Amino acid sequence: MSATETAPRSSSSARPAPPSAFPIGMARTAIELKTFFRDRDALIFIFFFPVLLLGIFVTAFGGGTMGDDGPTVAQYYTPAMIASGIFLSSFQTLAIAIALERDDGTLKRLRGTPMPPLAYFLGKIGLVVVTSVLQIAILLAISALLLDVEPPGSLEAWATLAWIFVIGSAGGTVLGIAFSAIPRSARSAAAIVTPIVIILQFVSGVFFVFYELPSWMQQLGALFPLKWLAQGMRSVFLPEQMAALEASGSWEHGTTAIVLASWLVLGLIACRFFFRWTPRGSV
Amino acid sequence: MTSPAADLVVSIKGLVKRYGDHVAVDGLDLDISRGEVFALLGPNGAGKTTTVEILEGHRNADSGAVRVLGDDPRTAGQTWRSRIGIVAQTSKESPELTVRELVRHFAKYYPTPRDPDEVIGLVGLDEKSDVRAAKLSGGQRRRLDVALGVVGDPELLFLDEPTTGFDPEARRQFWRLVRDLRAGGTTILLTTHYLDEAEQLADRVGIIARGRLVALDTPAKLGGRSAHVARVTWEDGGTTRQERTITPTRLVTDLAARHGGEVPGLQIRRPTLEDTYLDLIGHASAGTDAVAPPVAEVARPADTEREGATR
Repeated sequence: MSATETAPRSSSSARPAPPSAFPIGMARTAIELKTFFRDRDALIFIFFFPVLLLGIFVTAFGGGTMGDDGPTVAQYYTPAMIASGIFLSSFQTLAIAIALERDDGTLKRLRGTPMPPLAYFLGKIGLVVVTSVLQIAILLAISALLLDVEPPGSLEAWATLAWIFVIGSAGGTVLGIAFSAIPRSARSAAAIVTPIVIILQFVSGVFFVFYELPSWMQQLGALFPLKWLAQGMRSVFLPEQMAALEASGSWEHGTTAIVLASWLVLGLIACRFFFRWTPRGSV
Repeated sequence: MTSPAADLVVSIKGLVKRYGDHVAVDGLDLDISRGEVFALLGPNGAGKTTTVEILEGHRNADSGAVRVLGDDPRTAGQTWRSRIGIVAQTSKESPELTVRELVRHFAKYYPTPRDPDEVIGLVGLDEKSDVRAAKLSGGQRRRLDVALGVVGDPELLFLDEPTTGFDPEARRQFWRLVRDLRAGGTTILLTTHYLDEAEQLADRVGIIARGRLVALDTPAKLGGRSAHVARVTWEDGGTTRQERTITPTRLVTDLAARHGGEVPGLQIRRPTLEDTYLDLIGHASAGTDAVAPPVAEVARPADTEREGATR
């Protein structure tokens, strides 16, 4: 890649235009991945966290079922952890990492180079796509091989998994980028982002079975994207008749698409208004 | 001023920047020519970093005309950015990546980069190529910053207080690096509050205080500006006394007569760049000839006695 010769100093006017956003976005994806996988905190609390939780739930609640005609523990928590993983890998990763990069001067340094700003975001998107696809693959493999959870059996189920993953993680990505403007310092980033993610997981049916939550909690959860991600993932893994257990008695794919897409649009608008390259109060 | 634009790398006219009621830069004029090493010298809070960040396009000026490499930094695009290099003050980022990974990666941003391995050699980090940034010492980390600043082969390099916190040997190494870059034709704008650094490296020095340029000349001329005034220091009954005079020999003869021979603790000094500097920033900040506060902010406060410094 780096076949760079020490060219003689180019005269000011003859200097060619800098490389375009796409190749640099690829290079940024590579550097983002290296950074992510070398950061022990991110590996444990984001990448392997859903796998660890799946193990804990299955061990704690045994091999029974959730309710009389309900799914097995592993059957319920596999889609829950996939949904949670998508949310962690997009929203939590970016909200914390970008706040950190803003505080430690990474963003400002990049802004002082000819790197096209779009390339930075392409790198973040690349990071989210690669880490969450790997995470889903690991969760699928573990639950299929060790926990007797049937992987999605039909093309239709895989297609549902795909579209929910795409708008869900796209929404988490833009919301994470926008949310990174809120923490005032690197130190407060994790302290602000983590509790929000944990509370969302409680009210969205990730930690507890959604249809057994009090109805006010269900209504609260339904305002946020994670509930719909989790419900959508259940529709992929659970047999059709279990839709009857859901609060509305169906999988609600249409509503899921509308809610997730609305959050995606909201996140894009928020990015446009709140994203900044320098810490607050510095311009 | 109608100098050809090609020779003027930086041109600033009437630059003003306010933060609320505080005027950080107060009507600054400055031109920097191609190939020059220019040092902007001043105490903390004088407006050095604000000025430099406006030139880099990181901040917007409130008024005044700024041209860097012929463009307005506010609106200049990616091609313009490929012609400048920035070494800012803060640098703790990318702890997980190695020196070589970072320099190679940054090279990809530029249309005509230098060879990354050669740049690593230039800053003296060959042996640290595979070390993660987090594991570098302060001085090594700063040299990595310089590597990232020059890997794009900039025409103009900004160095913002590059050696703050260095030990003496690291500073000397860093100065050699700056001289190498200058020899390669890079124009350098250096901010510093170390006088010896400006004296060692700069072709011209601008002294900034309270957002204004209070002096602008070569280091030699600035230092020699008031060389005809000498400072005589001696001890008199346990207290140190000091006098400035243009006739030191006569003063010493008088003192010798008064003391009946040897004058205790006698010193005669011609002003250095540092004395001139302290006078300039002192006058700018206090408006009187009593110059006390800025002493703590210069590199070598110990060898400058301030208490009795009058007339």
